Amino acid sequence: MTSPDPMAEIKASFFIECEELLESLQDGLEALSNGETDSETINVVFRAVHSIKGGAGAFGLDQLVEFAHTYETVLDSIRSGDLAVDPNIMRVLFQAGDILSDLVRLSRDGEVIEPSLTQDTYKALQDIVGETSDGDSGADDDIDFQPMGLALDLDFADDAKSVFTVMFKPSSELFESGNEPLHLLKALSELGEATVACDTKELPVVDELDFETGYLQWTIRLETEADKSAIEEVFEFVDGLCQLTITEGEDLPATDLPEIEEDETPEPQAVTPVAAVATSAQQATAPAPGQPTAAPRATVRVDLERVDRLVNLVGELVINQAMLSQSISAIGVQPSSEVSSGLEEFMRLTRDIQDSVMMIRAQPIKSLFQRMSRIVREASADVGKTVRFVTEGEGTEIDKTVIERLSDPLTHMIRNAVDHGLEKGDARRANGKPEEGIVKLSAAHRSGRVVIEISDDGAGINRPRVHQIAVEKGLIAPDTQLTDTEIDNLLFAPGFSTASEISNLSGRGVGMDVVRSAIQALGGRISISSTPGAGTSFTISLPLTLAVLDGMVVHVAGEAMVVPLNSIAETLALTTKELEQLGSNKFLVRIRDQFVPLLDLGVELGYRAPLDRYEGAVVLLISQEDGSRAALVVDSIQDQRQVVIKGLEESYGRVPGVAAATILGDGQIALILDPTDIITNASGRVSSDDTLFDLAG
Amino acid sequence: MTLSVLAVDDSRTMRDMIKIALTQAGFTSTLAEDGEHGLEVLDDMTPPDVIITDINMPKLDGFGFIDAVRAQEKHRGIPILVLTTESADTLKARARKAGATGWIVKPFDPAKLVRALKMVAG
Repeated sequence: MTSPDPMAEIKASFFIECEELLESLQDGLEALSNGETDSETINVVFRAVHSIKGGAGAFGLDQLVEFAHTYETVLDSIRSGDLAVDPNIMRVLFQAGDILSDLVRLSRDGEVIEPSLTQDTYKALQDIVGETSDGDSGADDDIDFQPMGLALDLDFADDAKSVFTVMFKPSSELFESGNEPLHLLKALSELGEATVACDTKELPVVDELDFETGYLQWTIRLETEADKSAIEEVFEFVDGLCQLTITEGEDLPATDLPEIEEDETPEPQAVTPVAAVATSAQQATAPAPGQPTAAPRATVRVDLERVDRLVNLVGELVINQAMLSQSISAIGVQPSSEVSSGLEEFMRLTRDIQDSVMMIRAQPIKSLFQRMSRIVREASADVGKTVRFVTEGEGTEIDKTVIERLSDPLTHMIRNAVDHGLEKGDARRANGKPEEGIVKLSAAHRSGRVVIEISDDGAGINRPRVHQIAVEKGLIAPDTQLTDTEIDNLLFAPGFSTASEISNLSGRGVGMDVVRSAIQALGGRISISSTPGAGTSFTISLPLTLAVLDGMVVHVAGEAMVVPLNSIAETLALTTKELEQLGSNKFLVRIRDQFVPLLDLGVELGYRAPLDRYEGAVVLLISQEDGSRAALVVDSIQDQRQVVIKGLEESYGRVPGVAAATILGDGQIALILDPTDIITNASGRVSSDDTLFDLAG
Repeated sequence: MTLSVLAVDDSRTMRDMIKIALTQAGFTSTLAEDGEHGLEVLDDMTPPDVIITDINMPKLDGFGFIDAVRAQEKHRGIPILVLTTESADTLKARARKAGATGWIVKPFDPAKLVRALKMVAG
């Protein structure tokens, strides 16, 4: 449990905390921009930045501290009511939030922070609070962050002893503040050799004693290697709560104290020290040894690796249970027997455990949505559009890995929505729409999957234009008739880009085809729908977890294999009528007036030579919703089931056409195929990467 | 000397750091994450020898926390150290008025914190 370097552990924990703080910062800023200017909202924002600054200071992350400090200063003026929030300030606050998040990330990764990253926003912040940006405004802060006690440590290096005379008279306020003269004297005596004299002449008779009144005064002769500042440090907390003089030398007789007339009424004198000693003793004897550390909220932080190990073990359990069921039914146990019903219960429990374990890995999708909020802000600023970003279902939970891997595709789609989806403000006005465009991102659980929708209220897909581009790019023949859906799906075709010139925003060499592959790699599907004049919407459907998969178990050349169910459009047995031969060993399957290349899985995976004839063969029609289709020949279909995914890449690297492996109920190992990869590999040879063969029209 | 310390800070990082500093000094620590939580914890525990508190916290800030602690007869004598990034004199004065014993500015030097704790608690 204990790491060799606790500081490294705390630092790691600090960055995790930063993520949470940045999240509340985002939430708070959103709320602020929606006009919620109540003090708690502002406080949340302020505290988030403040805490980041505090932690960053502890780790010497100076650039982070400096930026956070300036940011905090602005927020503080808002908090105190000196500064009213307007859209312009709001924009800077958002921007600063983004930069802060960048700084946190760079600091975490130990990367160099270029001053150019912060300087514009830094200046904007400073302009708001009216500081001059002479580049040295942080000088003030350095004092705040000077680690204290440093001077004291240095002083100890000095060997020369000197003598100080300290005169100390506590006031009654000192006792109210919880300070304790005896402790101060003790601390003082630890600096060197101290001779203490106490003046008790103000001490009253016991009856008139007030425990919290200072009756005594002390004179201390201190012979020490420390210097004056070390002595001052001892009395730092009681500055103003006592009369204190520190003089170098020993000119004062220890008992003959200087006369001090001061604020206090000459109180009768007291046993204050006695009382204090009693209290201290009482406290010291009750130090509460096994005092439990109060748990901050009911959460635990667990290393992801441990969770994954648990997920893996539960996966094994599921397999084991399936094997057990299979062998018990094999020995002919009656389904009504106790063994069978017990096994059924066992199966149900295993599934429940599996679901619960999967949920440990699940996280709200909120963090991802917040990142997208930033993308919208940046993209809309770049293209000069006013965009309102609406999110829904931020609390929807989904596997952590899925969230991480969704970031790039979503970023791309959100940029697209702002850049291509929404019209320019004047065009919107001309169409009777509000100038402010809307980009909406929503998430929801639907029938065991997570559905994410990205929509805009823009002009919709310009279908004639898409058709024209597809023809220009040679993706379809000029006279091809396509349905609206087919045209929309052309956006996913490799190499397709609707922007007449690649804008530096959504261009970046990535097309929607890459987005689609990324979604498919997660076991997801993506579809598109568009209404002219009203907008475009993309729907992504994803599995809740990456650890299990719904698959179809098939047999090829005597091997059991699993094909992910989400890639199979339909299964069919081929008839002569559907088969067309193309050359010596190329076949096409005619499915509803379209030709789809026929791929023999046995051949593709190198198990056998091509068969002479495929009549009567069982094929899986693989469809990626966009036209990249193929008919995969298998020998037989066994069944459909949920399988536990066992990664192969760690041991074998990436195997073409194979996504992973699994263990079936009978203990047999089966490969989980990657149909898209198989088709892509084959298409190089078959030279039919465009599977949208035009037929009769 | 072993001290029992209650540390109230809304930053987990700070709580972790305080805890390590205290543990290394051989002190026992009890942690709370805001003023309100701090009061609850204080209520449940054997009164600590010292309390450390942050200023900027949700629910109940450091000033409110100190006020509330000092309002309880049995906690009146417990030294309270303020540990915060704030260093403005006006805030220090406010904390002192509320009954704070001392003020340490973050980031803190663990040795200094321990010295300060020993100083205020004996």
